[in-house]
Amino acid sequence: MEKSVVGTLYLSSTHTIFVENSDARRETWVLHSLVGSIERPPTTPSGSPLVIRCKNFQVYQLLLPQEKDCVDIQASLIRLSRPDRYGELFCFSFQPNVDKEEREKAWGFLDLHAEFSRMGIPSNLWHITPANHEYRVCDTYPSELFVPKSASPAVIVGSAKFRSRGRLPVLSYFHRDTSAAVCRSSQPLSGFSARSLEDEQMLQAIMKSNPASEYMYVVDTRPKLNAMANRAAGKGYENEDHYTNIKLHFIGIENIHVMRNSQQKITDVGDMRSPSMGDFLWGLENSGWLKHIKAVLDAGVFIVKAVAEEGVSVLVHCSDGWDRTAQACSVASVLLDPFYRTIRGLMVLIEKDWVSFGHKFSHRYSHLEGDPKEVSPVIDQFLECVWQLMEQFPCAFEFNERFLLQLHTHIHSCQYGNFIGNSQKERRDLRINERTHSVWPHLWENRAEYINPLYRADHSQSKGILRPVTTPYCFKFWKGMYSPAERGVALRQSPSDSLNAVREESQQLEEELSAHQEVPRETDAGQGIHAHTRHMPT
Amino acid sequence: MEFAELIKTPRVDGVVLHRPFLPTVEGTLCLTGHHLILSSRQDNTEELWLLHSNIDAIEKRFIGSLGTIIVKCKDLRIIQLDIPGMEECLNIASSIEALSTLDSVSLMYPFFYRPMFEVIEDGWHLFSPEEAFKDLESMTDEWRLSEVNKDFTVCPSYPSLVTVPKDIDDDTLCKAAAFRHGGRFPVLSYYHKKNGMVMMRAGQPLTGTNGRRCKEDEKLINATLRAGKRGYIIDTRTIAVAQQAKARGGGFEQEANYPQWRRIHKAIERSNILQESLIKLVEACNDQSNSMDRWLSKLEASNWQSHVKEILTTACLAAQCIDRSGASVLVHGTEGTDSTLQVTSLAQIILEPACRTIRGFQALVEREWLQAGHPFQQRCAQSAYSNGKPRSEAPVFLLFLDCVWQILRQFPCSFQFNEHFLITLFEHAYASQFGTFLGNSAAESRVKLKLSRKTVSLWSWVNRPQELERFVNPLYEPNSLVIWPSVAPQSLLLWEGVFLRWNRSTKFLDEAYEEMVHIIEYNKELQNKVNSLRRQLAQLETEDSPLQTP
Repeated sequence: MEKSVVGTLYLSSTHTIFVENSDARRETWVLHSLVGSIERPPTTPSGSPLVIRCKNFQVYQLLLPQEKDCVDIQASLIRLSRPDRYGELFCFSFQPNVDKEEREKAWGFLDLHAEFSRMGIPSNLWHITPANHEYRVCDTYPSELFVPKSASPAVIVGSAKFRSRGRLPVLSYFHRDTSAAVCRSSQPLSGFSARSLEDEQMLQAIMKSNPASEYMYVVDTRPKLNAMANRAAGKGYENEDHYTNIKLHFIGIENIHVMRNSQQKITDVGDMRSPSMGDFLWGLENSGWLKHIKAVLDAGVFIVKAVAEEGVSVLVHCSDGWDRTAQACSVASVLLDPFYRTIRGLMVLIEKDWVSFGHKFSHRYSHLEGDPKEVSPVIDQFLECVWQLMEQFPCAFEFNERFLLQLHTHIHSCQYGNFIGNSQKERRDLRINERTHSVWPHLWENRAEYINPLYRADHSQSKGILRPVTTPYCFKFWKGMYSPAERGVALRQSPSDSLNAVREESQQLEEELSAHQEVPRETDAGQGIHAHTRHMPT
Repeated sequence: MEFAELIKTPRVDGVVLHRPFLPTVEGTLCLTGHHLILSSRQDNTEELWLLHSNIDAIEKRFIGSLGTIIVKCKDLRIIQLDIPGMEECLNIASSIEALSTLDSVSLMYPFFYRPMFEVIEDGWHLFSPEEAFKDLESMTDEWRLSEVNKDFTVCPSYPSLVTVPKDIDDDTLCKAAAFRHGGRFPVLSYYHKKNGMVMMRAGQPLTGTNGRRCKEDEKLINATLRAGKRGYIIDTRTIAVAQQAKARGGGFEQEANYPQWRRIHKAIERSNILQESLIKLVEACNDQSNSMDRWLSKLEASNWQSHVKEILTTACLAAQCIDRSGASVLVHGTEGTDSTLQVTSLAQIILEPACRTIRGFQALVEREWLQAGHPFQQRCAQSAYSNGKPRSEAPVFLLFLDCVWQILRQFPCSFQFNEHFLITLFEHAYASQFGTFLGNSAAESRVKLKLSRKTVSLWSWVNRPQELERFVNPLYEPNSLVIWPSVAPQSLLLWEGVFLRWNRSTKFLDEAYEEMVHIIEYNKELQNKVNSLRRQLAQLETEDSPLQTP
């Protein structure tokens, strides 16, 4: 447990700042937009306590001498941490020392065109359709969509009409090795009997775009019961009688409400002060959290098996296609493609599967005062799946846990504009690119902090497909995320940091050597590392 | 007795072996006095050599005339042998059963094993009480080495030499011994150089229901206190358990008789409960069909992690009393041979950097476990698959190793040894070609069994440079500080290296370990290269300089 210190508390328009009275005058800055809740336990003889809980699960406990100050500060913080319009968010006032030109360049740091062409798209079978220009068919999709070349504009528009919120089946990831595609959409408006020839043709076109296969999977990531219940509301899932050659598969990831409650419980578990082992394990089980993480990872594993082993294309959907679908597609991508296990690759993946495809960041992470039922830790679960994978494959990821935690914080903090709003269109209307800054170049500049020393681009784990084991005992409680207090205690010695220091020193030695003469002959022991250190960003 | 009498069928052809992570092998099964061997007679497949003493339990199944024997090992591995012919199968099964449950120690493999390596440094002579006392003498003159137990009559489970306060004579020791369970009078376990505080251990005092006291015992432990100082008695049992012990003649120190001591009770469980916990844990780990809820609930129900937490907490408490409160400590439970040793040895890992080296850890195991009379043979007679009536087996030592692993996880740079070393000790405690863990006490192993003459010491093998290399932690940097582990459940993990070892491949974790070794070795190589270059340069400069001056 951390020691308490005495100091002065300041409230600015953007931060709560605590300055210690000690000689070092250490400062702690907490962004208002990162504050999740402010509690004021009863006043005690020693003062009035105030507990600030942040959305990244950091907890700050304050003790104020005057009760009145405490009440005022709580009221101010409640107001400041829950803006009710976008303009009040920190990203619109955050002014790093960057000029206009640089800011524009920063917004172009990630290029999704380049990402699709890395996958080999457009190709003779897949191309960009202008159908969603000005968000005409779907206002929560990106304006540029990749679809089978064989799908005519009429099929595209017709399919969109038959899908919840117009979110028609489009390409998310193309697996070059097998030519199988991962596509995504929302649920069809099939009800009990409705059908759409265009939608059926759309799926047919997707299947045909993988010439080697004779069928495709439709992965409905919801529990089958939920999917069936949706039929009563005129929605539901594909009728296998109407769609030729599809195989329907249900995964059973629970909805956002279940996940919200589950995370609340796991957070309480992480927060427990000196619990017994029984309390802790019971709490872990009772939260159901790891069960949900396993469901998400299992969805990814199923898709990977279809795409990589059977060479069969997959259409993934849930209800609206912006939560569970994003999870399943992006977990599958991390397993399938080593690029997404690099620092830049993970950024691209989040930009593609989450930001561009209309994951409702502002709703899910309550950037603004709004409906609490819209809030849910959807991307948290994706980040945790990646963390669980890092535990199983320690050499496969270029980044470390700190990178995931930093991403999580930025998604909630609203310091940068990337995750503001709920769709590309909304961000365009808000003129996010002109009014705010992008977080990606900022993370990239600091990438030395996020390097996993065990990663090597030419290591067998870094190449090819990851095949994780998803037996329950392989899942661990993510201490770094949910027990920030314990994080500090147990990371007094980080092997990762000390290895990074060793590698840094090796690099300096290499430089000194090459300045003098040649680098040593590569021995068996040193060979791998040698290649490795050259890959190190400087 | 001849082994041949027990081997009904020495050899069967066409046996198929299934084992974790390795391809199925078909070959000839042979039974020898100490091993079960399966050989395919092909160069490219690995043979199986399994010590009978490693077999914890077997199960037989028949489908037609094809028999199957499931062999469950003490190291938690499960292998399967498909044996054609019902009679052969039954014969093999009963032979294995007989050979793996031999009662006589002197028939154990270590008495027959001849090392294939040259013993350079004999492990039997590395760690003597005399040597340990020499170290102590260099720090303090308040202690002496007593020979009161030289024929093991005062305390059968103590070594012949024990360290006691200088001012306490052997007579007093004998009287105190009569007042302590198993004759285990308080002896020195650890001397904290930093502040001169000590940790002692003993068996429970035999106060009984009428509150017997023993002036000599009081005098003995008071002699370890500085003037005006108080000490702590850590009773590893709950107060309720300690109370109950009175009815059986045991008990705890009464405040009135030990006014200079404060007694603290902890809740480390007794051996039969620990054994049950191990069985449940391993059952949960081996059930691949568990749902997440079921797995977590079984893990909780096994209580294993709770035991780890409780033992570590008690060790931290002992260490805290010594290092932070500057007080001396006496630790005991009931017999003083199980939970007591877990606490005293873990406290030393926390306090004493030397115990975190490979050699120092061996010395610790030797001092606090082997010579201190932990009954290894009884405790390790069966492991997690035992299904018979429980006798006195219990994973006391395994829990200690688990706790060390937890500290190692939290301080990955402060230990000279790695996880593999701990797993190796676990394996050898349960089944080994070496004699180190045979017997139940110094009296039995050193004198009756003549282990040091008749068997090879595990340390003789471990300390060979070739072997040692595998046990060295590449991240090790000597850390002279006290290390305080976190005992929060959030920071304690299931020891996968032991409990999931045969259920999931460690390929990717092993690769990560190798990668780490490579990074560090490459750095060392560069350093050597740079240093020699720097020397050459310096030399060149000194040679060149006279030429340059006109």
